[in-house]
Amino acid sequence: MTEVRAAVPIQFDDPAQQREAAALGMWVFLAAEIVFFGGALVCYAAAGWVHGREFALASNDSNLVLGAVNTGVLLTSSWTMALAVHAGRAARRRRLLLFLGGTALLGTVFLVLKGLEYREDWLHQLVPGRSFARSPVAQLYFTFYFILTGIHALHLIVGIGLMAALAVLAARTREPLSGLNLFENAGLYWHFVDIVWIFLFPLLYLRGRHG
Amino acid sequence: MNGIAARSENYLNVDYRVRSWLSTTDHKRIGVLYLLSLTFFFLVGGVFAVLMRLELLTPAGDLVQPDTYNKLFTMHGIVMVFFFLVPSIPAVFGNFLLPLMIGAKDVAFPRLNLASWYIFMLGGLFTLGAILTGGVDTGWTFYPPYSSVYAHTRVMSAAAGVFIMGFSSILTGINFIVTTHTMRAPGLTWMRLPLFVWSLYATAVILVLGTPALTIALSLIGVERLFGVGIFNPALGGDPLLFQHLFWFYSHPAVYVMILPGMGVQSEIVCHFARMRPYGYKFIAGASLAIAGLGFLVWGHHMFVSGQSAYASMIFSILTFLVAIPSAVKVFAWTATFYRGSISYDTPMLYAFSFIGLFTIGGLTGLFLGSLAVDVHVHDTYFVVAHFHYIMVGGMVMSFLGAMHYWWPKMTGRMYSEAWGRLSALIVFVGFNLTFFPQFVLGYLGMPRRYHAYPSEFQVLHVMSTAGASILGVGFLLPLGYLLWSLKYGPRAGSNPWNLNSLEWQTPSPPPPHNFKETPVIVDEPYGYPVKEGA
Amino acid sequence: MAEPPAEPTSTRLYFHVYLGLLALAVVTTAVAFADLGRFSMVVALAIASMKTGLVLLYFMHVRFGSGIVRVFAGAGFFFLLILGALTLGDVVTREWMEIPVPR
Repeated sequence: MTEVRAAVPIQFDDPAQQREAAALGMWVFLAAEIVFFGGALVCYAAAGWVHGREFALASNDSNLVLGAVNTGVLLTSSWTMALAVHAGRAARRRRLLLFLGGTALLGTVFLVLKGLEYREDWLHQLVPGRSFARSPVAQLYFTFYFILTGIHALHLIVGIGLMAALAVLAARTREPLSGLNLFENAGLYWHFVDIVWIFLFPLLYLRGRHG
Repeated sequence: MNGIAARSENYLNVDYRVRSWLSTTDHKRIGVLYLLSLTFFFLVGGVFAVLMRLELLTPAGDLVQPDTYNKLFTMHGIVMVFFFLVPSIPAVFGNFLLPLMIGAKDVAFPRLNLASWYIFMLGGLFTLGAILTGGVDTGWTFYPPYSSVYAHTRVMSAAAGVFIMGFSSILTGINFIVTTHTMRAPGLTWMRLPLFVWSLYATAVILVLGTPALTIALSLIGVERLFGVGIFNPALGGDPLLFQHLFWFYSHPAVYVMILPGMGVQSEIVCHFARMRPYGYKFIAGASLAIAGLGFLVWGHHMFVSGQSAYASMIFSILTFLVAIPSAVKVFAWTATFYRGSISYDTPMLYAFSFIGLFTIGGLTGLFLGSLAVDVHVHDTYFVVAHFHYIMVGGMVMSFLGAMHYWWPKMTGRMYSEAWGRLSALIVFVGFNLTFFPQFVLGYLGMPRRYHAYPSEFQVLHVMSTAGASILGVGFLLPLGYLLWSLKYGPRAGSNPWNLNSLEWQTPSPPPPHNFKETPVIVDEPYGYPVKEGA
Repeated sequence: MAEPPAEPTSTRLYFHVYLGLLALAVVTTAVAFADLGRFSMVVALAIASMKTGLVLLYFMHVRFGSGIVRVFAGAGFFFLLILGALTLGDVVTREWMEIPVPR
């Protein structure tokens, strides 16, 4: 079977170099993202240190059930993403499309549940602003809550868009799937968004749950 | 000019249409695009400086309103730091030379490179918008709660401009790191890299890991301002120092972004124009990495009088002393490189001499500021202003001008007038010292920074400083003149007008679009000196 | 440096990692209801770190990747640690020493 070799862009010598460069580039970008999210988390941690008791109290107002379900949803989406990348390397187009779609779907489910949560918070007057119904420090807690989950949600929306674009590419491209680095790198991004949530869940939802 | 055969294709003449420039992915063209943008922003920042120095000629605040003066120093800082110094050498000379120095055809991600420039310009647009629609007066440091609660100036627009520019930095950093790791020519081991590449690499690491802290800091200011919430507002349970921690976690390493490439240029010029191998190549390369790494540990020295914990201040102070060591190692290495060298006093070398002396003064005064007890007295005075201008102008801008002259023939294929070059270098040196040395004295005597009116006993020093600034201005404008003039009338430069060993001089000037006819194979270090003249 | 292990050829490994992640998620939620005092957050972060480790090593292929990828994967966390440690160090120790204020 003749192998169709994808042409590499002029600056690269061969596909292996391109693959190495693409992966390293994505990792360097993720290192930057870690500092970005981490900066916000450090502020949250500092505020949490100073206002420990009140933050724990305020945390009890977060919806643990929705948060836990969402955690499960996102972990599952990471699994389907890993399977998608694996299918891509094995050049199995239909499986790749299936798992890309599954990942995007699960991401959307997360956003829907998040939206329900935000709506509920709004109805209970937990959104910072004039109508906030608890103490000033609780408002500080919810400020962090909305900022952290909001930025996370924005990243997730970008991720879902990425999945959609990749699904279109995977369906249409004539180049060999095993040579494309896009799926692997998109996978890295998706897993990173999952890791952020892995930390957000206990930090935001699990404070002060005992007695 | 008849009799010259059709000129061979180079990156400049391959396509003259504007569209080809705006859609280019050639790293050399992108470097030139940045050069044009940065020159523009340098002039904008310079205008603010002129106005400030004019106001400071007299003790009374009689040229501008106090609020206007606040806007002047703010916008001078924002434009000079974010839209000139941070990109400067990496975006212009790094982009142009990195692939040439490692024997590659381009950077790893050429389209991302072009995107970096467009993003930079978008950020610049927002900042110019802020300037033209009323200005911003928070100081380039954007401290809350003033910036988030009380300021009625164009904070959002200015912060957005800087926020967007940050992405340009990050993308450039990613490109340089990946390019250096994956695209070196065969035989080009890390220990055979030019020292300029080492400094670009260290700079890129800082850009990637430090800038996101600025991104989140400015995002949070924006959220505070837009939604009236209180992360940094003590009245609402917040802590203004959290912003300062995030801001300086970026901005201190950022000053190393603003000097490391200059040090890299310095290493190149010193070695090549003294025809000597670097003294302690491994030490210089390692010092670049050490500066980048240690630079992330010292940010609290900007916060000694902010209310920060005394214990944290002590730790930051000790770490600040540590970070001076690799810089000193480099200064000793350059000095030792001169010994028994064959020094040519061309313009780039004159700027290199300036750099060594002025950077040393700037660096040593940084140690004064890093000592807790001294800093209590000189914090927020002109001592600080003088310190950082010695590093940024006396160091970085000197390097930028040195690099400009050194690589001008490579970038343009033309040689500039050496007489004018040397004259300008001298004028810049004299003007610079007259501007900023009096500021050390002013600060020590108690003149606060960011003040437009002052007691009359400071006037003599201020007048000296302003006089120096006028001379400095002339020195900066002259190159603009004679370099542009050389584009049309200067003698054509061959591929290696300085007769040097490193890789970028082994290809025509200006270089062809993909740099080298064949991928070079490296068998030796780039500083194979000493060589006899004309050998 | 020795060659890193090759990427998995079957998907069973991914399934096992997924089960591990789900299990840890259940554990962390359950443990939140136990009264561990100040250690609640420490335990929660430890479990989160384990989950992160699983995702990094297996889903993100760090286990099978080259050295330089591991360096940059770690670098982000390392510098974040510095930011966190020194900032929190300031916040936590701020009250420990009174800084005299001139009257």
